[in-house]
Amino acid sequence: MNIWLVMLLGGLITFGMRFSLIYLFGRFQVPEGMRRALHYVPPAVLSAIIFPELFLRNGEFNVTLDNHRLLAGLVAVLAAWFSRNTLLTIIIGMLALLLLQVLG
Amino acid sequence: MTEQSKNFWAGVRAEIPLLIGVFPFGMIYGALALNAGLSNLAAQMMSSLVFAGSAQFITTQLVHDATPGLVIILTIAVVNLRHMLYSASLAPYLASLSMRWKILLSYLLTDEAYAPSILHYEKVGSQPFSHWFVLGAGLVLWTNWQISTALGIFLGKAIPDSWSLDFALPLTFIAMVVPVLKNRPMIAAALSAGVVALVAYPLPYRLGLILAALVGIVVGTLLEKNK
Repeated sequence: MNIWLVMLLGGLITFGMRFSLIYLFGRFQVPEGMRRALHYVPPAVLSAIIFPELFLRNGEFNVTLDNHRLLAGLVAVLAAWFSRNTLLTIIIGMLALLLLQVLG
Repeated sequence: MTEQSKNFWAGVRAEIPLLIGVFPFGMIYGALALNAGLSNLAAQMMSSLVFAGSAQFITTQLVHDATPGLVIILTIAVVNLRHMLYSASLAPYLASLSMRWKILLSYLLTDEAYAPSILHYEKVGSQPFSHWFVLGAGLVLWTNWQISTALGIFLGKAIPDSWSLDFALPLTFIAMVVPVLKNRPMIAAALSAGVVALVAYPLPYRLGLILAALVGIVVGTLLEKNK
């Protein structure tokens, strides 16, 4: 699919979500079950993206020391856990990867 | 000063601390979007067509991985579902506005515009001109996002490929996900989604991503219920 069509439809859907209940005020409420489920969207979607990026190299499962992205990713997890700072996490993770690439 | 502009500028002022945090991400997004293969124009236009930080980062990652368009759109939909909550929460305060105002403010309703707006409404209630506050907060954030994206696109060209800039995307997601892992259902949601994403990776059209996200959401919700 063309990237412009993806962006247009993605944008329309995003706008639709933002507009939905402002438009439907009084006629529809977010069900409690859905409200609860929404809390789990960020960890689920983000982990579903992160895991293959770290654990798979060229489509193969790789948990050896040669997998620099996995090691740098674990460093970033620690950085995120202790700093709770997004920018710092990115910087430390990038430095870890560059260092591993230079050493390896 | 009229009541309209007083409210407008109060919204702008309330948004300023958030702008400082958002600006670097606009730049990172701009640079990464180029790195993922989007054209300058497409990278810039996504910031106004979609205008949602995390969805834009995720779209960039998925474009980089050559994910089919339909799966990208589906992912954007899941990621942005939370905006329905913002919509529900502001709806009573915006109920008396014209359709034009409702459309404009809905377009501007990002995480960072929602936060100061709902705080403002909870403090002062629904005043005749308080929607100008939302407009001020939303518009200054929108402008900031467009400028930072453009700057990122401009600077992104200067960054060599050997820096592995594409790795900044998963790192951004790590930085977003780690702080929410505060209890067992959250951790279980993240781990189950991650493992399913690995196991289901060979599925066509990257449907493994959607499947993994759904499994994670269901696991988290069920565990919370059984607590």
